[in-house]
Amino acid sequence: MAKAKDIIKLIQKKHKKAIIEAEEFRGDPVVKVKKEKLIEVCEYLIKEKKLAYNLLVDVTAVDFLPYKRTPRFDVVYILVSIDNEHRLILKTEVDEGEKVPSVYHLWKSANFPERETYDMFGIEFEGHPDLRRLLMWPGYEYHPLRKDFPTKGYDFDEKWDPETIKENVIQY
Amino acid sequence: MAAERKWKLHFGPHHPSTHGVLRIELELEGEKVVKATPIIGQLHRGIEKIAEDFTFHQAIPLTDRLDYTAASLNNLGYVLAVEKLLGIEVPKRAQYLRVIISELSRIMGHHLWIGSAALDLGAMTVVFYAFADREIIMECIEAASGGRLTPTYMRIGGVAKDVDEKFIEKVKYFVDMFPEKIDGYETLLTDNIIWRQRNEDLAVISYDEAINLGLTGAVGRASGVNYDVRKAFPYSSYEDFDFEVPVGTKGDAFDRYMCRMEEFRQSTRIIKQAIENLPDGPVMADIPFLNPPQEKVRTDIDALIRRFKFVLEGFHAPKGEVYQSVEGSKGELGFYLYSDGGSKPYRCKIKSPCYIHVSALPEMIEGYMISDIITAIGGLDIVLGEIDR
Amino acid sequence: MGIEYYLPEGSILTTTLEKLVGWGRKNSVWPCTFGLACCAIEMMATSLSHYDIARFGSEVFRPSPRQSDLMIVAGTLTKKMSPMVKRIYEQISDPKWVIAMGACASCGGVFQSYAVVQGVDQVIPVDVYLPGCPPRPEGLLAALMKIQEKAGKERFRDRPDIITEKDIDKYCKERNIKIAG
Repeated sequence: MAKAKDIIKLIQKKHKKAIIEAEEFRGDPVVKVKKEKLIEVCEYLIKEKKLAYNLLVDVTAVDFLPYKRTPRFDVVYILVSIDNEHRLILKTEVDEGEKVPSVYHLWKSANFPERETYDMFGIEFEGHPDLRRLLMWPGYEYHPLRKDFPTKGYDFDEKWDPETIKENVIQY
Repeated sequence: MAAERKWKLHFGPHHPSTHGVLRIELELEGEKVVKATPIIGQLHRGIEKIAEDFTFHQAIPLTDRLDYTAASLNNLGYVLAVEKLLGIEVPKRAQYLRVIISELSRIMGHHLWIGSAALDLGAMTVVFYAFADREIIMECIEAASGGRLTPTYMRIGGVAKDVDEKFIEKVKYFVDMFPEKIDGYETLLTDNIIWRQRNEDLAVISYDEAINLGLTGAVGRASGVNYDVRKAFPYSSYEDFDFEVPVGTKGDAFDRYMCRMEEFRQSTRIIKQAIENLPDGPVMADIPFLNPPQEKVRTDIDALIRRFKFVLEGFHAPKGEVYQSVEGSKGELGFYLYSDGGSKPYRCKIKSPCYIHVSALPEMIEGYMISDIITAIGGLDIVLGEIDR
Repeated sequence: MGIEYYLPEGSILTTTLEKLVGWGRKNSVWPCTFGLACCAIEMMATSLSHYDIARFGSEVFRPSPRQSDLMIVAGTLTKKMSPMVKRIYEQISDPKWVIAMGACASCGGVFQSYAVVQGVDQVIPVDVYLPGCPPRPEGLLAALMKIQEKAGKERFRDRPDIITEKDIDKYCKERNIKIAG
């Protein structure tokens, strides 16, 4: 298991211009790169023998609306190397309305997580073969995990009538 | 040869063999599957959004309801992630108790798998024996924590309360009598010609495909991927125990079955070592901002003030993000926590193994017949509570 | 042997027809499997070897609603799944009963969020509410016994005899059911 600082040094040596910030927190490296260089960095992470991040564990996003930060979202990729037994948290920044390149052609396990990030946050991934809603029904107007959407939703106190969404749920 | 007619079939959410509310839209040519689309979300309860309103301590019971067949493993994953964020150490006795409860939960989860996978194919005897054994394990967990299915036994910094002699007796009884029961299941299924014919050479996934698709747990190990979180990133003193991880070769449904049967035996081995070498000591870390033990609260004013602050406001975690995973009964179960310095998790993402396995379902069943879908889903061992969260 | 051995020959039993029909219906209530979430595991445990539900008359759990009498809604009902619950309830033929098993089915439970229906009684009428998270198997057996009590006391007038289309419309309007066509 290589130390986190060595991993960060290897990535900084090859892609110094793409990195916005890189640090080590509780033993795991956390690296933030620019959106345009994301695919380049990912291809390097797979090919380099000392890194060899061949398993993409998860894709998610964090919303910074209460802090009034632009760009608003942080897209997070969690990578694991099976042969070398270490992890990496890779991040990139994207604003509302902008698109992120999809990593589906590198790791097929990004299929459902990217669809869920689109469903919950509204971030679109360019190059994903089938980007539509996953957990909510087609035709749902909101993106639930954004910070301006209340936990109880907008119709919590009214009686629920399933006829309103019956047609939407039957399609897929 | 006449062309078969193409037609569509809803493999709907209300079905006895989908192990929950999973919906698959099938395009069929005669009896053969041409295209399959899994549709999930029928059990989406918004656990991640609710967790953003609760403090770190209050969110522990929510994690019980994720993989409800083996509930303590989810608790362990979340609590380990919070402890990694805070940077605190857990006493040794608490770590060993956590290992015992986790491995008992893993065996419970596998019992449910073997019962329902066999029941779907018509082998009804197995489920009666499996659930009878499951009741014995539930008695052990009830002696420790008080709950059968959703115990919520783990706490941040240790476990909820210490165990007594009854629990140790019951676990020793279980460990002594269980290996014969595993032989019983093997007699019923492993050499059974119908079981073999239905499971061999079905839903074959190669080594490279398995890593690319993100398959972990018994499903990935059947294809040859030697990745177990307990060995790769050890947690909670698993490095003290001596156990092996079964890895398959062909990657078909029968290899997945054999991997899980061997995991029964290895888990029993771990529990035996843990219960024999259980160390003495406290079961909760003695840290100022955590929950003080019950006896002190009634007598010491300082502990009372700490308890008030803990319940009403919670503690403040340092700013940062962590990812911690455990080896769940289905695969790698991970928690990603982003904290902004407050007392609530700003973002809690739950990585569940069955979510990725269901996304790989079309690759597994296209080209096979309708009855093979049921066998494949049974071999994957999915739980909808984890998929939809 | 049993009770027939002790009755004298030529015995005549007098009772009302409603009591006889009620006795037959309450001792053979067949549930329809509608397990959604965690409570489904406790429902399975109730029906298997340790807590045997077959000794109460519920011999099999039928997967098809056409062949069952009782619907045990076990688990959280989400908004995406609610049209399916309504459809399955309408397909069960009279007389039918519903148990809302667990806290999530009775009132929404722990999950007060944007995607969960707060109680299954917003969609279908419920006869017995069973609290617990999840309720013990003995709890489910107690709920089943309450349903048996209710089924034994039912009178024929409580379930209407549908003859004309106007009666169908009135029946549906009272229970807020919409049928196609």
